[in-house]
Formats: sequence, structure tokens, C-alpha cells
Amino acid sequence: MIELIVNGQPHRFEGDPDMPLLWFLRDELGLTGTKFGCGAALCGACVVHIDGTPSFACITPLSVAEGAEVTTIEGLSPDGNHPVQVAWRDLNVAQCGYCQSGQMMQAAALLAETPEPTDEDIDAVMSQNLCRCGTYPRIRAAIKRAAGQEAQ
Amino acid sequence: MASLQNVSRRAVLLGIGAGALVLSLGLPGAAQEEPQQFGADAMPHGWRDNPELFVSIDADGTVTVTVHRSEMGQGVRVSMAMVVADELEADWSRVRVAQAPGDEPRFGNQDTDGSRSLRHFFDPMRRAGSAARQMLREAAADEWGVPLDEVEAQNHVLRHAASDRSADYGEMAARAAAGEVPDRETLQLKTPDQFRYIGRDDIGLIDNPDITAGTTRYGIDAKADGMLYAVIARPPVLGGRVASHDASAAMEIAGVRRVVVIDAPGQPSEFQPLGGVAVIADNTWAAMQGREALQIEWENGEHGSYDSEAFRAELEEAARNGDGVQVRNQGDTPTALADAASRFEAEYYIPHLAQAPMEPPAALAQVRDGKCEVWACVQAPQVTRVRVAEKLGLAPEDVTVNVTLLGGGFGRKSKPDFVLEAALLSREMDGAPVKVTWTREDDLHHSFFHTVSLERLEAGLDDQGRPVAWLHRTAAPTIGSIFAPDPQQKLPFELGMGLTNMPLDIPNVRAENPQAQAHARIGWYRSVSNIPHAFAIQSFIAELAHEAGRDPRGYLLEVIGPAREIDPTEIGDVWNYGEDPARYPLDTGRLRRVIEVATEAAGWGREMPDRRGLGLAAHYSFLTHVAVVAEVEVTDAGDVVIPRVDIAVDCGAHVNPDRIRSQMEGAVVMGTGQALMSQITFADGRVQQDNFDTYLVPRMESAPREIHVHLVGGDSYDRPLGGVGEPGLPPVPPAIINAIFAATGQRIRHLPVGDQLRA
Repeated sequence: MIELIVNGQPHRFEGDPDMPLLWFLRDELGLTGTKFGCGAALCGACVVHIDGTPSFACITPLSVAEGAEVTTIEGLSPDGNHPVQVAWRDLNVAQCGYCQSGQMMQAAALLAETPEPTDEDIDAVMSQNLCRCGTYPRIRAAIKRAAGQEAQ
Repeated sequence: MASLQNVSRRAVLLGIGAGALVLSLGLPGAAQEEPQQFGADAMPHGWRDNPELFVSIDADGTVTVTVHRSEMGQGVRVSMAMVVADELEADWSRVRVAQAPGDEPRFGNQDTDGSRSLRHFFDPMRRAGSAARQMLREAAADEWGVPLDEVEAQNHVLRHAASDRSADYGEMAARAAAGEVPDRETLQLKTPDQFRYIGRDDIGLIDNPDITAGTTRYGIDAKADGMLYAVIARPPVLGGRVASHDASAAMEIAGVRRVVVIDAPGQPSEFQPLGGVAVIADNTWAAMQGREALQIEWENGEHGSYDSEAFRAELEEAARNGDGVQVRNQGDTPTALADAASRFEAEYYIPHLAQAPMEPPAALAQVRDGKCEVWACVQAPQVTRVRVAEKLGLAPEDVTVNVTLLGGGFGRKSKPDFVLEAALLSREMDGAPVKVTWTREDDLHHSFFHTVSLERLEAGLDDQGRPVAWLHRTAAPTIGSIFAPDPQQKLPFELGMGLTNMPLDIPNVRAENPQAQAHARIGWYRSVSNIPHAFAIQSFIAELAHEAGRDPRGYLLEVIGPAREIDPTEIGDVWNYGEDPARYPLDTGRLRRVIEVATEAAGWGREMPDRRGLGLAAHYSFLTHVAVVAEVEVTDAGDVVIPRVDIAVDCGAHVNPDRIRSQMEGAVVMGTGQALMSQITFADGRVQQDNFDTYLVPRMESAPREIHVHLVGGDSYDRPLGGVGEPGLPPVPPAIINAIFAATGQRIRHLPVGDQLRA
């Protein structure tokens, strides 16, 4: 049996410990804000925080998340007003929106680690996340805005 | 031309779907004697402007606008609501959006492709909002016993000044709803200077709160009580089928309920499922594990030897041997070529592409009590409804298609094969709701691919290096191949995407279309055949400029010629995106202007450092003019870095400027992928790319660092609207390739660049 905490709530799972965290969140807990895009840590649509570290939920077996505190987009902030979420709305970053949960979770972790990221910092971290709509320029601007830097 | 007749006949046989197919293929309809119709009038089920369909107002004043077109990132939910709310004089903070189900007889055309939503529904939605506003005014006049023309409706408030009475919209909503819908001739539409939301740049996305909270629902997020989860192993080769399978190991996986064989369809398979072996389980992971454990022998059929390298050679030969169907002819090209002072020729190759929306295809269906309900991310909910009904032997009225948000579409989700899979499996599971999820591997292996093209151009030049003769041969499998048996020619709508309507000022022009056979499912991909045509033509003009020792910008403007309007039907385009050539002529003045704006903004002609260059391309598609200037640096290692792109767009009036910008930004990024890294290749009939490690698309680090969008010509609502979702894309790859040439002197004619610049 696996025990873990998701967005502050304790959960247990008695099924396959190899099941990736992604499918536990989506199919078992109904937390569908975390997205499936590739299943192989190639697109970042599934990024969540595991004990504060940005992680690809699609390749993280539940057994690895045993005892961990997991934060998903639904738990990033109590009221949806994490600076990243606010900046994403202010700049209308999203097009289809599908990848943006993973983008925001990645960005929130980047800013927690590097409060004033350079363009190179942003490239290095955010290049783990794909967006087929092509919202990259606005993601970059929103990260700078969330960091309190002047949006270009 | 046999292929066209075949498509036509097939379309007629398809019954209720026939109109959609005939129109979307750009073929003449059955009723030839009637006056030709254009635009929304010519689309299946046309348009509606009845406010009762699109506007509802609660007693508390909340306005709900029903949007009947699918949202896939283009912003249609906010843009349509802006239009309705503006004419309604609603307070934007009290406007909500509801998504219409797939019901085209009721809502009018729902085929969300072809960059048509605002083009076709701007006017009907204005009328719907205006009619609702008038009904509110009539209700107030009636209630207060005052003349209608003394009642004003502004920003959610009805007011009669003389008696100093006022009421919120909510207070009059019930009475207004009971009233008559006014004749559209009596509506008093706003003048553009009265617009409150239309044209505003600061209206946020209607779904922003949900998107940032992670609470939006896409097709893959659909859920129902007792839902089962399915993953399907499909034949790896087009037309293949299951020869034998062994499900015993799969059934051992905990959570796997059943393994079901889905029959392969006949060919051509249109939007039918590909068949294969489905694993149905208690969760997605168990279904995936079950699929891994399947033992399947495939029978590959006639396309099992499809090989992209060999096929490229086939296309090259077809384009070189000159026996193609003539699809356009002005002047006497053979003689002009023979008499030219010099000649220049080049061949361009554009590979297959997969749309690869970030949300792979996924759908939930439940079939019970003689009815079917689906929840799906579909661009064409009306086709989905009809095809599901046919598949299950139900009437369309017994099929409900709930349209979720789409996690990207790009043409892939116009085809409902994945919804049909879910419906079949729910029936197979005695009516349990079944969600089918495609993995990324499924998506890349079994897409409806962008075609693969070989474009061969030859020009005869005068002694100044200017073209006097132009021969363009295009060889590519047609989208018609999913509808008709083995067509070899491109369809008029494909040719009309930048080839038969190419507006250059050249006296002798001929276009030919040699034969090409399809060995994969070919489908719509954002901007479709404009991709190869724009790449070839805009690359070729830059090559000619170089041959002539001319600046590419000045040369391009000269070849376009003076500002003039051209009837596209007079040069060979019978399609014109379904629009009236009198309302939508080719306008070289507008094309020139976007070139001038983009080049000026980019600082065209400025000194560039070593291995850095500017490249220009311009293209007209979906009734919209776009020019792109890319600034490119090629590193010593051969990597391409794009510091800046300027893109100028003239799509007519700017209904939602922010979403026009976002579509152009996205087109630049997607086009960067097509130029530099993206391709689908086949070997032994199978796609060779499995996931985003081999199907490469732009990431933050490889996308242009800065994208500057310049909106041109939006000052008048007198001109009809052009499209926005697609036209940004075609000029991006040639602009980048032309910039690489400017930076390095290396001319790339085969996309993508890949490692061609590496030592």
C-alpha cells in the first residue's frame, strides 16, 4: 500500500505501485489539471511538485512518491493567485491552455529556486515543457512579470 | 480528372455528410443550376442569427452566450462572446459562455476549420446580440407603457429618460424571452465607433480562471460514473489488419476487463477507426499495461513497403517528367521558357508532418437505451454526430455530442475516428461509459498526416533577371485519398492554396500537377497545402533575386507588381476559400503593404554581423495577407538561432486584436519547427517517429526569442474579414530559410533543416 499527501490531503492506494503518479492523480483522485502529453518526460504537461521539486508525474512510479507531499496545479495556491497564475492571466498566456498547468508548475518551481531568472535560466528550465500553440514568448514575459521584473 | 468525379460520386453517396464533404473539398455541389453561393451561405446548414439559440439572460442578469464553434486555442469562445455582448450592450463582467453540442441543423455550420469562425459568424452574431437587445427594449417599453424608441439599452441597463425609469437586463429577461424575435431587417446594428468590446485589446480569455486553476475540461478529462478506460493497438500500416492475436497475458494484468478486436475499415477509410485490438480496463495505466502484453500478428497489405526516401525519388521523377495535369495556364509558358535570356530551376521537398496537439485524441462515449452520448475534443461535432449515428445504426437525433475544450487541434481533431472507437467499445461493454485515450505514440503513428510534397519550379528570365515565364509542378498525395479510391491528383481546394491563385505579375504562367499516390492517411494540417506552395514559391523568388544580384525585398515587390485587384477565378482558382471573388479579390496592394510594414519594422537592409541574416517571405492564404521577416544566426556548429521575427498581418478588421497576435505568435513558433526540425518519415509502411524525442517541435530554447506582430489595415469594417488561425504559418518557413541563406550562403531546399548546416 502506498501512502502520500496530495495538495495537503492524505491518500492511500492499494493498486499497482508501478502506476505512474500521473494516472493516480487523474484516474483515481480526479485531479485532471495534471495533463498527459507524452508519457516519457519529454513534454512537461504532467509537471507537479514532489516535496517541492518539479517532477514529471508521467514517469514517477507511485512507489517513488511513497510518503511524499505532492502539489498539483489545483493546489499551487489556495485561491488561484500564485504570482505565476496572476501573471498568466494578466498576459493572456494561454491559447488552448492544455500544457499550461505543467508550464505554471515548472515556472513556479523555477521562481522558488531562482527568484530573478535570466533569459538563460528561463530557457534552461522551461525548455523541458512543450507548447504546440507556441505561447513561449508570453510564458517568458509572464515569468518575468511574476518575478517582479518588467515584462518586455 | 477521374479522381474528381469519383470524389463527387462518393460524396453524393455519403448522404447527409455529402454537403460537408463537397464543400470542404472545394468541389461544385450537386445543385449546379442554382446561383452559386459563397461564404457561410455555402456551408452545410449555413448560419443562424436567432438570439434564442445564442443568448440567454438569467433573472439575476447573467448573460450566457452559446458558442457553437470549437475552442482549440484560437480564442473563439471569447471572440464570439465579445461580438454578441457588444451588440447586446451587456456588461462584460456579467457575460458567461456555454458550449453548444454538435447540432448543426440547429446552430448552423459547426465545422471549425478553414479559419472561418469569425469570417462567417461575425455578422450573424452581431445580429443575434442586437436582436436580443431589441427584445429587451421592447419588453421594457411594454412594461412601462412607453414608446419603444424612447427606451435605451446601455451596459446592462434599460432606461426611459422621460419618466426616469430604469431596469437591469435581468429584470426584463423573462418578459423579453416571451416576446417575438424581431425581423433582421429592423435591427439597428452599431456603427464601428460605437463598439464597446469589438476591437478592444484588453479583454482577457474567458477561460483564464479555469486554465490557471487547472479546472478546465478537455476531452481527455471527461469522466462518467462507472467509466472504463481503453487503449488500442492499431495496425501500424495503412490498410493493415489483425492477422491473429493472443490476449492471454494482457488479461493477466490487474484491472484489465476485456480485450476486443475492432475490425479494420474498408479503404478509403474516411474518418473510420483504423481497427486493431482494444484493451479495456479500470484505469488508463492498466489498459496501457494490457496493451503492452498483447501478442499481435499484423497483416500489412499494399502499403507495407512505403518508404519516405524512395517516395521522395518517386515524386522527383513525377515532377521532372512533365506529364502532369495542367491546372493553370496564362500566356505561352513553353515558348517563353524557350525564348528566355536565361533559365533557372529548383526543387523543394516538404515532408509529412503530424499535428501533434498537446492533448492527444481522446473521447468518452456511452451507448445505452438506443442512444449515445459522447464527450469529445472535436473540431467537427456535426460530422462526429452523423458518423457515430451511422456506426451504431442510430438516428443523428439519438446521438449527443458534448464538445469539450480542445487541447490543440490543428486539423487533427476534424476527424472523429477516435470518438467512433469510444462509441464502439461502449456498445461492446454493454453500455458502460468508455474513454479511449491515445498515447503520443498512437498520435504520431496514426495521424491524418500533412501530405508530403515535391515542388519543382522553373523560370525563364529576361536580361535583367526578371521572370517572364513560370512553370510550377506540384506532386503530393491528396487529402482526397481518404474519401475516394486511389486518386492521384490534388483537389481544387488544395491547388487553390497558393498555386492556382499565385498573384505574381508574370505574363506566362503554367502550373502542372503530376500524379502521386497516398500510402498514409492524409489530412488537414493547419494551413494545409499553403505550406508547400508558400515554401517553394517564396524560396524560389529569393533564389531568383540572388541570381539577378538583387535585394530580395525589392525583387519580391517587383515580381508581385503594382497594386491591383485580381479575380482569382480568372487565373485558375475555382475555389477562393469558398468566398465570392467579387468580395474577396486577390489584392496585391495589401500584399505589398504587409511586406513594407514587416521589413520596415525589422530594419531591412541594416548591417548584419557575420553568420547573421534577414529573410523575407510573404503569402496570401485564407483571405489574409501575411509577411514575415526572420532574423537568423547560424552558429559555427551549424545550430540555427532566431533572435527575432517580425510578422505583419492584414486580415481586415481586428475583432479581437490580442487573439490575432497570439495566433501569429503561435504560427511563428510552429513554422519554426517546420523549417528546422519537424518531420514524419515512413519505413516499411510505418511511421519512424514515436514521441517528442524523435518528432521534434520547438521548445523555449529553439523558438524565436522575440516575436513582433504588426497588425495592418484593421481600420475599416467595410472590407470583409479574412481568416486568422492559419494564414500566419505558410510564410514562416521560407522566411527562416531565406534568412539562413543570407547568413551563410547555404540554400536549403529540403525541409526540415535538421543537420544540413552541420559540418
